[in-house]
Amino acid sequence: MAKITLDNLAHSYLPNPTKEDDFALKELNHDWVDGEAYALLGSSGCGKSTLLNIISGLLHPSQGRILFNDRDVTHAPTTQRNIAQVFQFPVVYDTMTVRDNLAFPMRNRGADAQYIKDRVQQIAAMIGMEAMLDKKARGLTADAKQKISLGRGMVREDVNALLFDEPLTVIDPHMKWELRTQLKSLHHEFGHTMIYVTHDQTEALTFADKVVVMYDGRVVQMGTPQELFETPQHTFVGYFIGSPGMNVLDAHVSGSTAVIAGHEIALGKGYGTPSGKVEVGVRPEFASLATGDTGLPVTIKRVEDVGRHKIVRADFHGSEINVIAAEGASISPDMNRIVFDPAGINIYNDSWRVAPEGV
Amino acid sequence: MNKTVNQKAWFLILPVLLLVAFSAVIPLMTVVNYAFQDTFGNNKFFWAGLDWFRDMLESERMWDALGRQIAFSSIILAIEIPLGVFVALNMPKRGFWASLCLVLMSLPLLIPWNVVGTIWQIFGRVDIGLLGYTLDALGIDYNYTQGFYAAWATIIVMDVWHWTSLVALLAYAGLQSIPDAYYQAAKIDQASRWKVFRFIELPKMMGVLMIAILLRFMDSFMIYTEPFVVTGGGPGNSTTLLSIDLVKMALGQFDLGPAAAFSIMYYLVILLISYVFYTVMTNLDKREDS
Repeated sequence: MAKITLDNLAHSYLPNPTKEDDFALKELNHDWVDGEAYALLGSSGCGKSTLLNIISGLLHPSQGRILFNDRDVTHAPTTQRNIAQVFQFPVVYDTMTVRDNLAFPMRNRGADAQYIKDRVQQIAAMIGMEAMLDKKARGLTADAKQKISLGRGMVREDVNALLFDEPLTVIDPHMKWELRTQLKSLHHEFGHTMIYVTHDQTEALTFADKVVVMYDGRVVQMGTPQELFETPQHTFVGYFIGSPGMNVLDAHVSGSTAVIAGHEIALGKGYGTPSGKVEVGVRPEFASLATGDTGLPVTIKRVEDVGRHKIVRADFHGSEINVIAAEGASISPDMNRIVFDPAGINIYNDSWRVAPEGV
Repeated sequence: MNKTVNQKAWFLILPVLLLVAFSAVIPLMTVVNYAFQDTFGNNKFFWAGLDWFRDMLESERMWDALGRQIAFSSIILAIEIPLGVFVALNMPKRGFWASLCLVLMSLPLLIPWNVVGTIWQIFGRVDIGLLGYTLDALGIDYNYTQGFYAAWATIIVMDVWHWTSLVALLAYAGLQSIPDAYYQAAKIDQASRWKVFRFIELPKMMGVLMIAILLRFMDSFMIYTEPFVVTGGGPGNSTTLLSIDLVKMALGQFDLGPAAAFSIMYYLVILLISYVFYTVMTNLDKREDS
């Protein structure tokens, strides 16, 4: 178990990176606190796996340092970092039995035989494979193999960190919930530092204490699920987290009013006069339908009933605004306005959030 | 649905039947014919039953040749398989050097057997050959026309030079098919280099290695041209392998009956060993799967 520090870290797959676009992972300073569970969330190709492989030492960064408990391990090979990592697709040792597969990482470290035996039993119970311990690994199904991979990742108690690279992709949905719960309880029990890479926001939000959102090789926000929801620091976070994502509209902002396509709305707080590309972001949860002449004029295109609530898709001068209405709310065709709750309005300047004045 | 009955379709296999008849069945049957008959000339044959087979089974000469043959095949397999795997493990994985290695390694495979024999025959000569002359100059008593060990060493080294590439190329193909994730997982699990080989590389190479072993076994068990060109089976009979002995008997002494019986037994032995080998290997696979 260790605190992991990334110091000025950046990585490029090109031999001589010059401009910022050459970097798959842009310069990054970050502390992964000992014993916390993090989810690394982002779309495919945003640098999540690159970052993970740098931490585990499978990849050496183009610049910067990695410290485990303030010890520099930037050039240490993977085997010396004592890290567990589970990959997206199952990796098992075909010719070994399930038992030997699970014992393998401990045997490589020369652990005591009795301890290995007990620990393998414990992990097998956790992944639900006690009955299959003496089977060869090669004949098993993909999700059984992935469970073995997960088990091999969890089997060592003394690892510095546990890294998961979208480990549940090949597991069926029922087992997904169960394994994720197991991972969480494992975290509570042993307090390992865990980093869980995923592009599935539900997975990220249920698993982690802190969610790190990456976009285009950069960490755009790190925070609790609530912070990501209420104050997305970047329009990508707003768009990526939430279902549906945040409504983002071009606007002119001066002081505490914004003008969106000629319509003025009150922001509740002052924002000065930001220049450049200014946008207003409001989550569908903070928008509501109204009649009358305050708010933005819209036409309702479609209402989707998703069970717990309704999603209203409305058209505003050619762009879509989504509203979440309560399951019981009645929606009439003459509702022609959308109003925003000022508490849920965020202002973005060149995609980054502008903090309101006096906060 | 009723299937159309059309017996005329059988005619379509006629070309294949003819081809196989002339390429395999008829020549084989001539040999069978000789094996069960005897002649005193004038193209008159009479029935000899199993006499030739009995003769051959009691012939010390045949057993000696078989012993030498088994020794030869075992030695070259024991050298070529590990060496080929070792070479494959150390070849560059991609890029210019990988291509260069592949081309260089295929070269020996493209040289005709008798040319390989001639190359080594000259290479090993003490008077003009680079190898023979150098060894002699170093004070090593090397002469493949006179020394038993020198003759054996020469034909073994020659076979290793000629065919290790085949094993290496097959093993290389097997290694290339292993996804990077396996090596990464092994690093995470802190596996040693030996364990990576033992539990990842070797199992993944097993299929192609089986093919390599089978090919090299059959080829070496039937080898004729190269050792014949180099040593002619000598000194004495010390490098007279099965097929060299067979040719001596059939063409040198014109003992058609014994030679035919010999051929048939030779053929059956190869068939039997290959079959046993194949069955054992496929069963091993199945047992691991269940």
